[in-house]
Amino acid sequence: MSKKYSVIGHSVPRIDGPEKATGAAKYTLDLKFPNMLYGKILTSPHAHARIISIDTSEAEALPGVKAVITHKDVPTLKYGLSPARWDENIFCSDKVRFVGDKVAAVACLDESTCYKALKLIKVEYEVLPAVLNFLTAMNEGQPLVHDEYEKNINTEIHQEFGDVAKAFAEAYHVRTDTFIGQRTYQCPIEPHAAISMWDEGKLTVYSSTQSPHYFQHYIAREFGMDMGDVRIIKTFVGGGFGGKLEPTGLEFAGAVLAKLTSRPVRMFYDRAEMFAHNRGRHAQQMEITTGVDKNGKILVAHANFKMDGGAYTSLGIASAYYAGALLPMTYEFDNFKFDMYRVYTNLPACGAQRGHGAPQPKYAFESHLDNVAKDLGIDPMDIRILNARRPNTVTPNDFKVNSCHMRECLERAREMSGWDEKKKNRIPGRGIGVSTGSFVTGAGYPIYRTDLPHASAFIRLNEDGTAATLYTGAVEIGQGSDTVLCQMAAEAMGYCYENMKIIAADTEITPLDFGAYASRQTYMSGTAVKLAGEEIKKQILDMASAMLSLPAEDLDSDNGIVFSKSREGKTLTFQEVARKHFVLKGPLLGKGVYTPPRLGGTFKGAPVGTSPAYSFGAQVGEVQIDAETGEINVLGIWDVHDCGKVINPRLLHGQVHGALFMGMGESVWEEVLFDDKGRILNPELANYRMLTAMDMPPIESEVLDTYEPSGPWGAKEVGEGATNPTLGMFSNAIFDAMGVRVNSLPLTYEKVWRALKEKREREAAEKA
Amino acid sequence: MINRTITDTDGVKRYLITLNVNGDARTVLVKGNAILANVLRDELNLTGTKKGCELGDCGSCTVLLEGKPVDSCMVLALEADGREIITIEGVAVNSKLDAIQESMINHAAIQCGYCTPGMVLSAKALLTRNPHPTEPEVREAISGNLCRCTGYVHIVEAVLAASEGRLAPGEHEYPREEGDSI
Repeated sequence: MSKKYSVIGHSVPRIDGPEKATGAAKYTLDLKFPNMLYGKILTSPHAHARIISIDTSEAEALPGVKAVITHKDVPTLKYGLSPARWDENIFCSDKVRFVGDKVAAVACLDESTCYKALKLIKVEYEVLPAVLNFLTAMNEGQPLVHDEYEKNINTEIHQEFGDVAKAFAEAYHVRTDTFIGQRTYQCPIEPHAAISMWDEGKLTVYSSTQSPHYFQHYIAREFGMDMGDVRIIKTFVGGGFGGKLEPTGLEFAGAVLAKLTSRPVRMFYDRAEMFAHNRGRHAQQMEITTGVDKNGKILVAHANFKMDGGAYTSLGIASAYYAGALLPMTYEFDNFKFDMYRVYTNLPACGAQRGHGAPQPKYAFESHLDNVAKDLGIDPMDIRILNARRPNTVTPNDFKVNSCHMRECLERAREMSGWDEKKKNRIPGRGIGVSTGSFVTGAGYPIYRTDLPHASAFIRLNEDGTAATLYTGAVEIGQGSDTVLCQMAAEAMGYCYENMKIIAADTEITPLDFGAYASRQTYMSGTAVKLAGEEIKKQILDMASAMLSLPAEDLDSDNGIVFSKSREGKTLTFQEVARKHFVLKGPLLGKGVYTPPRLGGTFKGAPVGTSPAYSFGAQVGEVQIDAETGEINVLGIWDVHDCGKVINPRLLHGQVHGALFMGMGESVWEEVLFDDKGRILNPELANYRMLTAMDMPPIESEVLDTYEPSGPWGAKEVGEGATNPTLGMFSNAIFDAMGVRVNSLPLTYEKVWRALKEKREREAAEKA
Repeated sequence: MINRTITDTDGVKRYLITLNVNGDARTVLVKGNAILANVLRDELNLTGTKKGCELGDCGSCTVLLEGKPVDSCMVLALEADGREIITIEGVAVNSKLDAIQESMINHAAIQCGYCTPGMVLSAKALLTRNPHPTEPEVREAISGNLCRCTGYVHIVEAVLAASEGRLAPGEHEYPREEGDSI
C-alpha cells in the first residue's frame, strides 16, 4: 500500500535499551543528593474516624528526626485531578476516610529512623461507622464519607441519545443482564517515589510521574506558586498504567518537608502503601439492557451502572463518564441511555487504570451480547460482524470516527483462530469466545480546562550535523515513546534514527506535553514532533539549495543525505549542510505544536471520550475448563488490531502483549480484597495475583494494514485498546465451554467450579 | 566468616564483612539485620539492583549469589559475607553486553526496564547451567521475576534466541544505503 519509509515502520531497538539492560538507568529511588533526608508518611489505621488529637512531640524529640508535619503545617487547599471535585487534603484535619489516608509525615537522617518516628506520633481517633459497600452507600442512614456530598454521591450521570423508549418498544427481543467488575490495581513494579528540593523560592521535584505537566500545574496551585517556580523532572519510570498520573502525598508532603529542613527529601511508597494510595480500577455494578431486531441488529442499549469511587475523586469523574461513553463505539446503534452513580466509600480512591473506565463495561456488554446471540440462536461472531461499526460514522454520543476496520478485525480473528472449525467440532470442556474493543487516541480535552495546545516539541540539529536532539514533554514510562518519537523525528527530517538523542519530560527544559495517559503520545506528541522535523528539513533543503545551486523543490533528504530528485550524484551530507547553516544563520531549530480540533457534542459530559481518532480490535480466546477443579487452561489468544500506521512493529506488539496480560489478570486472577474493617487483605504481590511467565498463554497478535487520515503518517492508538476486549473475551470463552455464565469478575477457578457444580445439580434435579 | 564486630554506644552491634561483588572485594560495616539489597544499593551504589516489594515476591532485586539467582531483599548481608555476588552491573564485561542483554534489547523484551536487571540475571543463571533450555524451562527460570509490561512474550523469545546465538530477530534489519557515513 503506502510508500516505503526509512525509519518509521521498522523495529529499531529501543533508544533506552542499553541503559535499562545494564542497570545504568536511574529511577527516582536510585538518585541521591548531598545532605538528602528520607521521608515517610503516617497513615490512618481506620477506614473512617474522627481525629481527636495528634501529638508529635515524642517523634520530634527522637535523634535523627529533622521535621514532623501535620495538617497544621501545610496548605488547606483541597486538590484532586478532576477539577469539578477537588476533595483531598495533603493531610487530614477533621477525619480520616480510608485505611491509608494521610495524617502526618516525617523527614529523618535515614529510613529506619523514619519508621521509629512514625510510631512515636500519637494520634487519638474516634472510630466512626464506615461505608464499605458501594451498592448500599447511597441508602438512607448510611454514614457520609464527605459531609458535603449527600447520599455519598460523587458523580451522577444521566444521558440519553436518540429515542430510547421507542426503540425498546419496537425491538424484537429485549434482554437485561447484570455484571459485577472488581477493584484492581495498576501494580507497576517500580514503587512511587519523589525527591523534593528547594533553591530559594524554586521547588524541584524528581518523580516517577506519568505527567510532569499535571504535577507542575497541581503542585504550583496547591502552594500558590508560579508554574515557572516549580520544576518537575521525570526520571526513568518503572511503569505507570494510570497510577502515576496525579501527584501523591510524596510530592506534596515532600515539598513541605524539604522547605522546612532546607534539604532534599526523598520519599517512596512501599508495596503496601502503593496499594493503599491505589487509584486503580473501580469496582462496578453494570446492568445492561439491549433491544435487538430478529437478526440480532442492536437497536438500543441502556447502561445502568454504579461504581465504587473510594474516599476521593482522583480522576474518577472521567472514569465514570468513560464507562458509558465508549460503549457505543465498536457496534453501531442510534439509541443509547447511560445512567451512572459514582459513590464515595471508605476505601482507597479509584482512578484511571489502563483502558480507563472502559474494560469492565466492555466485559459486561460483550458478555451480554453473547447471551443475546444465544437467545436468538446466532453465532457470536456473526452478531458482532452484523453490528460492527463502519468508518466515517458518528456514534450516538457525537464521537466522530474516521478510520475503522472493526469488521475486518473480526473477520481476520475468525480466520486466525479457526473459529468456524472449532465451533463445528466441539470438544467437551473446551470453549471459544470473541470480544471487541476500541479506545481513544488521546483525549480530546485536557484534564483541567485550558486552551493550551496538547503537545509540543522542538529539535536541535547539532552544529556539525552528526546528531539531532529532540526536546519533548512526552513521557516515556516503558511504552517506548522516546524511541518512536525519535523515529518520527528522524523520518520527518530525512535523518538517521541512530543519530537521534532525546531529552524528555523536564518542565524546565522541554516544551509542554500533557503526558502519558489516554494513549495519546504517538499520535499527539508524534504530530508535534513530525512538524518540528519537517521544519528542520525545510531549512536543511533551503540551505542545500543555495549550496548546490538547485531549487529546493528538487531536493529531498533521507537517512542524513540531501539529494537532488532530478540529477543523480548531486548530494550533500547533513554534516555539510548543518555546518554551513550554523556558520551563516546560527542554531538550526525546528518546532512543532499539536492542538486537537474542536470535538464532540454539547451535552453534559460530552468532552469525555472525544478523540481525534479511535483504535479498534478483536480478540478470540480458546479455553479448556477442568470440571473437577474449575481450572481454566488458556489454549490460545488471537488479537487483531486496527491501530493505523505502525511506527515500530515490535514495540507495538509489546503493547498488545502487555495489555492482554493485564486484561487476563483482571479476567481471572487479580482483585484487591478488603476485610470488614476496610483493610486491604492482599496488599502484596504474593496474593494480589499477577500472571507469571508460566501462567501466560500463547498469544498471536496481528495488525491490519490501516491508515488514520488525521494521524501522523496515519498512526493511531494501541497501548490501552488491547485491554478492552480481553475481559469479555475470557467471559465468553468460559461461557462457551460451560454453558453457564459467571456474572462477576474475576472469573476465578472457584467461581467456575461452583457454576459447574450448580449446573450439574440443576440438571440432576430436572432429570429427577 | 564473621570475624570483626563493633558495638556502638547505643549497644547496636555492627559487623565488618567483605562482599565479593562483580569480582571486587568490598568491605562494609553492617548491622545484623541489614538486607543485602539495601547494602548493594545504599552502601555500594549498585542501584541496578531494584526493589519492587521487599518481600521476595517480585524478583526485581535478583542477584547471583555463588551463581544462583536469589532475591537479595530476602538475604541478610551477613549471609553473603565472603561469598561471590554478581549484580546487573557485573554482567556486561568491559562495556561488552552479554548475549542475553543484547538479545533482550533487540527483541524489544524491555519496556519500563524495572524488572530487566533481575530478568537478565535469572536468564543468565539458567543459560549458564542449561545452555539450550526449552521454552517451559525458560518460563520456569524467570517465573520468580514479575513483569507488568510485556506479558513475558518477547522476554521468553529473547532468552531462547540468546541460547541459540541469535541476538536479533529477522525483521530487526532495516534498509540502510551503502556507504552512509552517519
